Amino acid sequence: MRVHVDQEKCCGAGSCVLSAPDVFDQRDEDGIVIVLDAQPPAELHEAVREAAAICPAAAILLEQAPERV
Amino acid sequence: MTTAERIAAAPTGTETAGHPGPLAYPAARAAGCPFDPAPAVDHARREQPVTRATLWDGSPCWLVTRHQDVRDVLGDPRFSAEATRPGFPFLTAGLRELITSTSSSLIRMDDPEHARLRRMLTADFMVKKVEAMRPDVQRLADDLVDRMTDGRTSADLVTEFALPLPSLVICLLLGVPYEDHDFFQERSRVLLSLRSAPEEVRTSSDELFDYLVRLAESKQHEPDDGIVSRLVARGELDFEEVANMGRLLLIAGHETTANMTALSTLALLRNPAQLAKLREDPSLIKGAVEELLRYLTIVHNGVSRVATEDVTIGGQTIPAGEGVLCTINTANRDDAVFPGGDTLDVSRDARRHVAFGFGVHQCLGQPLARVELQIAVETLLRRLPGLRLDVPFEDVPFRHDMAIYGVHSLPIAW
Repeated sequence: MRVHVDQEKCCGAGSCVLSAPDVFDQRDEDGIVIVLDAQPPAELHEAVREAAAICPAAAILLEQAPERV
Repeated sequence: MTTAERIAAAPTGTETAGHPGPLAYPAARAAGCPFDPAPAVDHARREQPVTRATLWDGSPCWLVTRHQDVRDVLGDPRFSAEATRPGFPFLTAGLRELITSTSSSLIRMDDPEHARLRRMLTADFMVKKVEAMRPDVQRLADDLVDRMTDGRTSADLVTEFALPLPSLVICLLLGVPYEDHDFFQERSRVLLSLRSAPEEVRTSSDELFDYLVRLAESKQHEPDDGIVSRLVARGELDFEEVANMGRLLLIAGHETTANMTALSTLALLRNPAQLAKLREDPSLIKGAVEELLRYLTIVHNGVSRVATEDVTIGGQTIPAGEGVLCTINTANRDDAVFPGGDTLDVSRDARRHVAFGFGVHQCLGQPLARVELQIAVETLLRRLPGLRLDVPFEDVPFRHDMAIYGVHSLPIAW
């Protein structure tokens, strides 16, 4: 999984930080999202997916790594 | 005809196939079910989720009642939050006066202007800033309980705890003197009452605005660390713009959390098994607060928007220029997202609720609201092991008449 955020879209509601605090944080100067870990370990994927689902501004995009064959 | 009679008289089926009569909105809750959305609106969610409604002045609007559809509307910039656009739905003449007579605050603006103003405030309410306030909020909560219980065995939870706690916190954050709380709480009450006449609303609104303009001016000479002072110091806004933001934060900052605190307490007292579960395992508190936000949804009359283009929502085309009310209380009972949604379950994962709205306007203060509610509920349950209602449930005065739902008072004993 690769995590992308759109800082232009972000409205600073902070729900991603509550869902996945090891992956998302907020910039000190304006509370806009920053990514702490763009390739989080598997055990955090569910929390990251929840963060993306509840983001009010649809500012979190998740790129799933293709399955290895 | 009362609201209830209007609903009873309103056609619920289809008079002409595919053209059911519009629903009179707001509709009344069912007797004895003060925590549940109005049956007519919840019925619409199941039967015709995007439905026509008629407001108090006969004007038409659309009700959007399902969870996904509400997210679709509130997340779509083609739906405008600008109340000055024709077709924007108002719940009362008083609220129309409030929203249109004064200069707009950011909740009634669209991006990019909305985003520019909001970003001046987001850092103040971000998660780590608010989490750092926990010890202060806890101290305030404990002090209030100390005072409430000192030599007494009963009190009104609203005036002694639920209202002062968030008022003290927002005053600290804004740099508003708490001694003035009678003044701003009374004006807020008038502004948010669905019974206030337009002229009362205008007077209260102007008084609150003038108060905040004077406060902003005073911060220029005597700056402090509060939000009002820092907005003045930025130099990007004039005093009136600062006052507009301050008024919004002052009202939103105390009315909402106050009502959630009292209503949550009552809902837990009415659901003793859930109350016992939370007492037994206080680590459930964060999830329990999300569930209470979902179940109670105090912005009970919905969130207004107006379509700027033709947009199809849930298979229904909403034409440009027509108003929409997103009924977030029915969305938060949507079984597709919250199975058994009419039941309060403190161990449910309720994080997808839309009690704070959705889209770029979603509540700016939600991290603060969460911390306040977690501390308020946890503190009451811990400090008052014998907590109980001190009047018959039927006698609790619910805020059917207010824009923010809750209870006017909550007599408790311990």
